[in-house]
Amino acid sequence: MSQDVIPRRSDDTVRIPSRLRGAGGWLDDRFHGARGVRVLMRKVFPDHWSFMLGEIALWSFVILLLTGTWLALFFVPSMGDVVYHGSYAKLDGITMSQAYESTLRISFDIRGGLLIRQIHHWAADLFMVAITAHMLRVFFTGAYRKPREVNWLIGIVLFTLGMLEGLFGYSLPDDQLSGAGLRIFEGVLQGIPIVGTYLAFFLFGGPYPGTSIVPRMYIIHVLLIPGLILALVTAHLFIMFHQKHTQMPGKGNTEKNVTGQPFWPYFLLKGQAWFFFIFGALVVLATFAQINPIWLYGPYTPLAISSASQPDWYMGLLEGALRIMPAWEINFLGHTLSLSVLIPFAVPLGIIFTGAALWPFFEQWATGDKSEHHINDRPRNAPVRTGTGVAAICFYGILWAEGANDVIAYNFQIPLYTITWIARIAIIVVPIGAYFVTKRICLGLQRRDAELLTHGVEIGIIRQLPSGEFIEESRPLTDEERGVVDSKKVPAALPAPNQPDENGVPAPGSRGVKGWARGVANRAFTETVVPEAHGNGHGNGHAVEGGEHAAVGGGAGAARVESGPREEH
Amino acid sequence: MSENETEEPSGPRRVIGTPSSAPAALDRVAGAPAGSEPPDAVALLPVNPENMVRAKRYERVIAALFVLAALAGCGFIAAYVGLEVGGGRLPHGANVVDATFRSNLALGLSLAIALLALGTGSILWVRHLTPNIETVEHRHDMRSPKEDRAKFEQFFAKGAAVSQVTRRPLLRRTMLLATAPLALAPLVLLRDLGPLPGTSLRHTVWRKGLRMVTYGGNRPLRPADISTPGEMITVIPEGYQDNLDALAKAGVILIKFAPGELDIPTVYNGSTQLYGMNWTVDNIVAYSKICTHVGCPVALYEQTTHHILCPCHQSTFDAAHGANVIFGPAARPLPQLPMTVDSDGYLVAASDFTQPVGPSFWERG
Repeated sequence: MSQDVIPRRSDDTVRIPSRLRGAGGWLDDRFHGARGVRVLMRKVFPDHWSFMLGEIALWSFVILLLTGTWLALFFVPSMGDVVYHGSYAKLDGITMSQAYESTLRISFDIRGGLLIRQIHHWAADLFMVAITAHMLRVFFTGAYRKPREVNWLIGIVLFTLGMLEGLFGYSLPDDQLSGAGLRIFEGVLQGIPIVGTYLAFFLFGGPYPGTSIVPRMYIIHVLLIPGLILALVTAHLFIMFHQKHTQMPGKGNTEKNVTGQPFWPYFLLKGQAWFFFIFGALVVLATFAQINPIWLYGPYTPLAISSASQPDWYMGLLEGALRIMPAWEINFLGHTLSLSVLIPFAVPLGIIFTGAALWPFFEQWATGDKSEHHINDRPRNAPVRTGTGVAAICFYGILWAEGANDVIAYNFQIPLYTITWIARIAIIVVPIGAYFVTKRICLGLQRRDAELLTHGVEIGIIRQLPSGEFIEESRPLTDEERGVVDSKKVPAALPAPNQPDENGVPAPGSRGVKGWARGVANRAFTETVVPEAHGNGHGNGHAVEGGEHAAVGGGAGAARVESGPREEH
Repeated sequence: MSENETEEPSGPRRVIGTPSSAPAALDRVAGAPAGSEPPDAVALLPVNPENMVRAKRYERVIAALFVLAALAGCGFIAAYVGLEVGGGRLPHGANVVDATFRSNLALGLSLAIALLALGTGSILWVRHLTPNIETVEHRHDMRSPKEDRAKFEQFFAKGAAVSQVTRRPLLRRTMLLATAPLALAPLVLLRDLGPLPGTSLRHTVWRKGLRMVTYGGNRPLRPADISTPGEMITVIPEGYQDNLDALAKAGVILIKFAPGELDIPTVYNGSTQLYGMNWTVDNIVAYSKICTHVGCPVALYEQTTHHILCPCHQSTFDAAHGANVIFGPAARPLPQLPMTVDSDGYLVAASDFTQPVGPSFWERG
C-alpha cells in the first residue's frame, strides 16, 4: 500500500475555478476562515456502524422540522366547534373541533397532505427509536465516561423532551384516540399531590376538556419544545465536536488519538447519503404503512373509546406502568394520595432517567476512576455496567409490553389478568435475574478472549503426533484482532473498607457505611477474567472462580476471575 | 472486472468483532513523529483512483442513479399536478379516500425513489470512487495546562475584586434581593391560565328531575325501554349533548338486571348516602361512566359476570354489587347516580352524584 501515499507531482496541483476562488477570498477577507475552516474540514470522524444511530435521530429531527413547518401552514389549532361538510362523506354533518376538521382537510383536501402527515408521524417515532438506540450504544460502550458526562445528561434531557413533544404532537388533531390519551394525561396530573388539581386546571384552562388545551399544546409543540431541542442538539453536537468522538478499540487506536476519515470529503458524502436513506425510508413507510388514520377514529368525545387503544410506542412504558399497578390509595386528613396514579407516573421514568443520569458518577465513585476515556469499552469488559443495562432494558420492556396487555391477551389467548400478574412478578424478578445472567455471560466472553490471547485462534486442523497424541492447531491473533481482543481495562481496586492503610488509620473514603457500600460496589466493578501469563501453553480455558478463589474444574488455568483488592506481592 | 477487485486479504479467518480489511493508514505510513501535527491525509492522496476502469464503471452506475432520482423528482411534480384529491376539485361522486390513497402512493413512491437513488448514489460514490483511507488526529486532555488555569483564576479573582463584589457584601446581597421578585414574576403571570378548581370537581350538571337521554340519539327513556337483562346503555343529561365539559363528568351508564341479580349494599359516608338499592328503578342501576382511575370512559360490559371493564387500564368493577373494584388500578367504586322516574314515566336523576366522579385528586378526601 505504501506506494499509494507517495504524492505524485501532477496530483499536487489541483486547480480551483477562479470564481470559487474569488468567492472564497471574499469570505476570507471578512471572516478570516482559511485556517480554521481547513482544520474543520480535516476533522477526523471515527467509523463504526453504531456511531450512525445518533445521526438517525439528528436527521429525523431535521425531517420533523421540515414536515412540521409545512403542516403548520394548514393546521388550525383551535377547539372551536364546526359542523363538518368536507370531502370525507362519512363524517358529514358531525360537529367537531377546528383542529380535527383541519387535520381532515390536510389528509383529504390538500395534495401531499396525507403523505407529509404520515412522514411527520413516522419521523417522530423513528426519532425516539434512534435516541433510544443511541443512548443504549453510549451506555453499553461506556462512551458517557469522563469527559462526556455532560453530553450524556443533555441526551437524557433530549429524550424526555422528545417524549413530551411526541405526546403533545399526536394529541393535537383532537381525534378520539389522542383525546383518550389526553384524558389519561389530565387524570395523571390530578393525581399529583398538593398541586395536581391546580396544574390540571391551569394547563387545561379550567375543567377538562375545556377549549384551551389544543392551542396551548400547539405553541408548546411547535415553538417551545422544538426550540429547546434545537438548542440542546446544537450544544450536544458542539460538545461532541470539541471533545472529539470516541473510538472503538482497535490496532493503533489510543487514548491520545482519533482514527477515522476526514470530514471533507468523506464524512460529508456519507452524511449526505445517510440523510437521503433515512428520508427515503420514512417516505417508504409513509407511502405503504398507514399511521394514525384519524378519520377512522372520529372527533373526540369524552364518553366514547375504542378497545385496544394504544399510545405511540415511546409512551407505552407509562401506559404499562398504569396497567400493572395495584389499586393503592391513601386517604388521610381529608386528602387523597392516589398511589395507583402517582407511582406509575413517577417511579419507572424516575428510576430509568435518574438512574441513567447518576450512573456515570456512581461508576466513578465505585471505581475511583477519574481519568479520561476516549476508547470505548466492549460491553463484555464491563460486566456490571452491561448487566445493569440489560436489567434496565428488561424493566423497560416488561412495562412496555404490559402497555399492550390487552392486545397480547387477545392474540395469544391468555387471560388478561394473568398477563398483568405475570408482569407484576416479572417486573421485580426478571431485571434482577437478567443482571446476574448477563454478568456471567460477560465473564464467559472475557474468558474466551483470554483464551484467544494465550492460545490464539483454533483453525480447525487437528494433527496427530508421532507418539499418537492429537493436538489442535491454532494461530496467534493478528495485530488487528489483538487490538480489539486485548482492549480490556479493569479499574484498579480500591483499598478494602475500614482497613488501616500505611498510616495506621482507614482512608477517609473507606470508613463507615458509605465506605462499606463503596467496597461492595468496587468488588463488583473490578471482577474480571485475567489471562494467565502463558503457563504451559496448553491450558483449556478453565478458570479459578471469584474473589473466593474457589477452583472450578481442573487443568492449567488460562484465565482466572479476580475481584476486589489485589494482594501486593 | 477482475484486477484489484478484492480488498479482503486472503489470510486466515477473521475473529468476529474485529475489523475486516485494514484501510491504508496514511499518517502512520508517512510516519509522523509523536507530538507534531499529523500530515493532512487528504492532501497526500492521489487525485485519480487506482483503477480507472473500475472507477469509470461506478461513475456510470452512480450517474444512472442520479438520473433516476431526477426522473422520480419530475414524477413527484407530475403526480402533484396530475392527481387531484378532495377539496371540491374531484368530479362529483368520486371516492375521496381512493383519490387520496392514489395521490399518496404516487407522491410517496416517486419521492422515495428519488431519495433512495440519491442516497445509494452518494454512498457508492464515497465507497468506490474515493480511496479507503484512515487518518489520525492527536487528542489532548480536556484539562487545561496548569499555568492556563492559574492565569484564568488570577484574572477572574482580580476582576471580581476590582468590581468590589467580593468586598461589598451589602451590594451583593441587595442585588440578589432585587432579582428574587423578578424571578417569581413569570410564575405569577401564569396564574390566569385557568380558574381555581374550587369545588367544581365535586359536582356535575345532574340535578333532581333532569332527564336521562340516550347518548347520540337524545331520546328520553322509560324503564320499559331497557327491558333485556344485561343491557347497558350510555345516557347523558338532557340538553347537554354539545357540552363536552359537562359530559366529561356527567356521562352515566344504565345497566338492566334480571330480578334478584342486583344487590347493592347501602353505603353511607357520614350522613351522605353513596350507594343503595333505593336509587335503582326496576332493576336498572346508574353508575358514573368516568373511571375512578384516570378518567377514561368505562365502556365494556360483560353480561354473564356483570363486570364493567375500563379499556384503558383494565380496572374492573362489579356492577351487581355497587361497582366495587375487582381488578386493576382504580382504587374506588364507580359512583352511583340516584335515579327515579318523573311524572311522565321517564328516567330522571333524583339528585346530583353524592361524591366526586372521575379520577382521584388531592383535595378529594
